[in-house]
Amino acid sequence: MNASTEQTKKGTFRAPVDYSAKSGSGLDVEKIRREFPILRRKVRGQRLSYLDNAATTQKPQSVVETVARYYFRENANIHRGVHELSQVATSHYESVREQVQKFLGAERPEEIIFVRGTTEAVNLVAQSYGRSQLQKGDEILITHLEHHSNIVPWQMLCQATGAKLVVVPIDDRGDVRMDEFERLLSDKTRIAAFSHISNALGTINPVEEMTRLAKAAGAVVLIDGAQAGAHVEIDVQRLGCDFYTLSGHKMYGPTGIGALYGRYDLLNTMPPYQGGGDMILMVSFEDTIYNSLPNKFEAGTPNIAGTVGLGAAIDFLHDVGVTAAAKHEDELLEYASGLLSERKGIRFIGEAKERTGILSFVVDGIHPHDLGTVLDQEGVAIRAGHHCAQPVMDRFGIPATVRASFAVYNSREDVEALVRGIDQARELFGD
Amino acid sequence: MNELRELYQELVLDHGKKPRNYRPMDEPYRHSVGYNPVCGDKLSLFVRVNESDVVEDVSFQGTGCAISTASASLLTEALKGKTATEAMDLMRQFTAMLIDPENDTDPDALGKLAVFEGVKDFPVRVKCATLAWRTLEAALDGRDTPVTTE
Repeated sequence: MNASTEQTKKGTFRAPVDYSAKSGSGLDVEKIRREFPILRRKVRGQRLSYLDNAATTQKPQSVVETVARYYFRENANIHRGVHELSQVATSHYESVREQVQKFLGAERPEEIIFVRGTTEAVNLVAQSYGRSQLQKGDEILITHLEHHSNIVPWQMLCQATGAKLVVVPIDDRGDVRMDEFERLLSDKTRIAAFSHISNALGTINPVEEMTRLAKAAGAVVLIDGAQAGAHVEIDVQRLGCDFYTLSGHKMYGPTGIGALYGRYDLLNTMPPYQGGGDMILMVSFEDTIYNSLPNKFEAGTPNIAGTVGLGAAIDFLHDVGVTAAAKHEDELLEYASGLLSERKGIRFIGEAKERTGILSFVVDGIHPHDLGTVLDQEGVAIRAGHHCAQPVMDRFGIPATVRASFAVYNSREDVEALVRGIDQARELFGD
Repeated sequence: MNELRELYQELVLDHGKKPRNYRPMDEPYRHSVGYNPVCGDKLSLFVRVNESDVVEDVSFQGTGCAISTASASLLTEALKGKTATEAMDLMRQFTAMLIDPENDTDPDALGKLAVFEGVKDFPVRVKCATLAWRTLEAALDGRDTPVTTE
């Protein structure tokens, strides 16, 4: 294992890797691609063009090696051992909390709760904060753009408390109607929850402005950052939000790990989400004293391997640079949009003012599922379906779209393979 | 491309684009709805069986991919005049052709429905081809609760 894959355990040196292009500006995409062994495999005999990054990204060698090394060299349970391995594992686990804190711009590490992913993060807030604070007559404001995971937990909370779910509409381009957002906020709005980036359309919401408006109305604000980590710089203090959710596997980290940021004073007043080991200070059958933050919200043995893998993913993102990654993905989006708009019968779904590298579209006369099968034969992995955002599909009057989503390792070749596959499908399904 | 042509044969493309018996039905009928939650497909199937247990009419409506639409369309053509028992037998043979590796029925015994044999090489698409048949089974059973592929 070379210096570039050294983990960021406290006090351990890690040499950053330079991924900038040797000539000109931008990134050395070939060098980045070499970090992702999966990209070298063939799919159905073809070069793999992985364009399903909004579902999950591939993992760099450094992440996989960090997880492997944790199991090979450090595996022990955390927060309880007097023995060396437990201390190493604990220190590694807690160092990632500090990494996530810095990554999100949080004030203190205790504000970072490790969870399975953004879904669990939203459920934690809905069940812990929501159930203890909301009552009949209160309102929860979300937008029409949300992923099911930022809809259903709030519906469940509404059923439990009698609160009402209020949905802010979007316009034909896929932008949240800010006039409606402002109009629907009131002193009844107790929680406002919205995505940073739409997984179905790629819309980047004006979250700073939305947070400011919602906070002014007295609401607690949760931003669903599932799609954001690998594509935009995040600073929760600048945003001013109360909660922010992060998904590890959508930012080059392992599956099954994510983080919830919560403002310290707010988290401190919230009741535990799950009961068990690690979240207590003292247990007797008469009474139990809960542990302090962040442990109060991390019952049971956590996903330690996933957490250290997430740490390596954040290192990778630092080396690449989130802004440089976004620029590269924007260029691919533009290249793909250009090639596809030269073709007849292709309708783009979602053309928001601010967008990330997500291209959602439908092709006349070809169902997204059929197009997905044709593309798969060409080694092109895309998502065909409703993207867990059925209300968005309903808004545009379609059952499903084809979604190509870009990551830092994608190249123009991937875009060309996509377009070639679409041409083939049009030939196959042509009248 | 050859595998794709095997999957998307002319008959499938034709029925996918111009589904037959694509209409609602006047009562009396048995009815069920099938969903594929993975892709958002929805299929509403109507079947009228007379006192002699013979399928008098079958029709469907809904949205779906070429495979699921063509499968529903060819189902409606295949069933008219068959008894409900024969219809269920056909459903079992059709499903076996797609999912049972030990199935030894000659696909040609299924008539036009043999066109879907290629789907067995595309496991994720098997659900698309069988959705209409599972919905039919529910309708014949008198279950008007939605069927899902999951």
